[in-house]
Amino acid sequence: MPTGSDVVNVVIAGLGGQGVIKASDILAEVAFRAGHDVKKSELHGMSQRGGSVSSDVRFGNKVWSPMVPFGCADYLVVLSSDQLEVNRHVLKKNGVTLPAELVDVSRLGSPRCVNVALLGALSTHLEFTEGLWNAAIRSGFPEKLHEMNIMAFQLGRMSTKTAQ
Amino acid sequence: MIGSERLLLSGNEAVALAMTSAGITLGTGYPGTPSTEILENFSARGGRAQWSPNEKVAFEVALGAAYGGARSVVTMKHVGVNVAADPLFTAAYTGVPAALILISADDPGMASSQNEQDNRHYAVAAGVPMIEPSDSQEAHDFFLHAVAVSERWHIPVLFRMTTRVCHSKTIVTTGLKQEPETPAPPAYTRSIRERVMIPAYARPAHRRLRQKLAEIAESNEASPLNTRTDGVRTLGIISSGIAAMHVREVAPDASFLKLGTTYPLPMGIIKRFAESVDRCVVVEEGDPYLADSIRAAGVRVDAKPDMYRFGELNVGRVRRILANDTSPEEPVPSGKPPQLCKGCPHRVVFEAFRDLGCIVAGDIGCYTLGVLPPFEAMDTCVSMGASITVGLGLRHVLPREQAVKVVSVIGDSTFAHSGLSGLVEMVYNPPATGHVVVIVDNGTTAMTGQQEHPGTGRTLDHEPTGKLVFEDIARAMGIKEVHVIDPLKEEGEFARLLAGTLAKEQPAVLITRRPCLLAAGKIRAYEQRDLQQKEACDANGK
Repeated sequence: MPTGSDVVNVVIAGLGGQGVIKASDILAEVAFRAGHDVKKSELHGMSQRGGSVSSDVRFGNKVWSPMVPFGCADYLVVLSSDQLEVNRHVLKKNGVTLPAELVDVSRLGSPRCVNVALLGALSTHLEFTEGLWNAAIRSGFPEKLHEMNIMAFQLGRMSTKTAQ
Repeated sequence: MIGSERLLLSGNEAVALAMTSAGITLGTGYPGTPSTEILENFSARGGRAQWSPNEKVAFEVALGAAYGGARSVVTMKHVGVNVAADPLFTAAYTGVPAALILISADDPGMASSQNEQDNRHYAVAAGVPMIEPSDSQEAHDFFLHAVAVSERWHIPVLFRMTTRVCHSKTIVTTGLKQEPETPAPPAYTRSIRERVMIPAYARPAHRRLRQKLAEIAESNEASPLNTRTDGVRTLGIISSGIAAMHVREVAPDASFLKLGTTYPLPMGIIKRFAESVDRCVVVEEGDPYLADSIRAAGVRVDAKPDMYRFGELNVGRVRRILANDTSPEEPVPSGKPPQLCKGCPHRVVFEAFRDLGCIVAGDIGCYTLGVLPPFEAMDTCVSMGASITVGLGLRHVLPREQAVKVVSVIGDSTFAHSGLSGLVEMVYNPPATGHVVVIVDNGTTAMTGQQEHPGTGRTLDHEPTGKLVFEDIARAMGIKEVHVIDPLKEEGEFARLLAGTLAKEQPAVLITRRPCLLAAGKIRAYEQRDLQQKEACDANGK
């Protein structure tokens, strides 16, 4: 790739209100704290009205465009199963899909934590330390939600380990 | 100068940060995607920011502040500049003693807008210098530069951003640029011939403006905001804004001229660059503004094929432009469209319009979603406030059996923005069949993320202030049929009220008042806080 093969492309997709933007903020924060160049992009506007939302996060030595080119996503995180097909075109050949089914919602503190649980699943594919993830999650939520989200992250992290 | 700091910021956050370090005294604006977060972040950083009822008002308040010697900023989305265009064009003549920066946030691809107009044309039309950043670092640094340009030539500056620059988060390192000098405290200096645009004073003012622009054009030839990167001789690319980022990814080996000062254009740099390469291509989002201007100056460049004038650019489309590929583009799968929330108080209104077979002149906001199934109860949507006036026009000319079905529907924030003059028109030129205006009042500017407006009685930072009461205004204008109801209180009540009011054939205003579901919790908390403060004051006998 012209960007240099070091750039990692992640697309997070779902429906308005599911925390797509929050999840991409946390991922971008982790990459930022790890010292990477980071760009993150999405379209706001109608996102709270239940429509499709997707957010792109790119990180590496040097990132130019903030948008993941079609066919270049290394990872596609999908918070709502009906959003898989409409976003599949972003995935590269052999790209990894992380669907909501990876996490057992009944074991989460709240169904609203699916976004963070899927970040846990994604984390097993990325180089970042658990400490970085925990710090970024803490910085993204008010204190009363820390424990629930850290647990969701752990659950997601375990789920892929067993799936693999 | 403060120490260096590495931050991950959206373009809007980066501008807010730069506004703080530039000593901006006042930021004004009207909420509009993708511009809204600039003033919110400036306010959160301790800056003085306020929402105005509309962009014309916001521009004029900022202009007055600049006349008073205070550095000022006014923010809006692209279509807002249409509303503010009247003072903009003449402010270019009067000039400003302290910086005045107009931030226009354009929305190519229409993520959340009614058109994708390209506001670069405004810089040319009004005769104000234009600066365009392409990421958050530049949004921060170029803003400081814009302040310096505005004060060096005493001229308003158009700072043009687009959706992907406003909302993308990229890394900003502060402290790289010299911060602007601390501004002098505001003070009024009389300058009648510069500020009062009667024809005798405006004629020389126009000549002064053209002289300033000629000087700025010359200065832009040496501006650090334009950067040339020499690569291969076979391909040179001229670009600006977010398109420049896509270009660097697609063609890292090409020679590259990135323009930050896009009006007046540094035509000398452009000419020398174009002559230094075998093939020179202009890659820009939206209209062929750069390509047309450069060609008009007699410089040979390739422009993008016209099909790329529509929508946003991205890496794939830029690759096609460089290959001059005009084959049909593969359609991107469309996702799930947004809809009115379950339990949204607006739903009742659009169900009634649908069931009564109304001809609905609509307006701009969440409620524009009333056009989609299961309602399909909107017939027009053009510009802020146009529901009332377009509805009146329809009533004037349609045959009676259709005229009596026409209603106008407008949101609370939109009504405060541009609905008042429409009501005046209804009183002044009433249609023979009367008319019905429905104000769907959900107590917030819901569409753009729940901002306050004059009808909420709270300021941008949610503090209590004067409140515009819509029903009082309608009655004061002489409208007799004015009704306020909670649309969810009793099933079928709104439909009955609407049917009854339509039958009366009088000028009428119906207000459906119920807080937006998403904002209701916050609104309740603000109201309780204000009530407690009031009670505490009363108890203290104040």
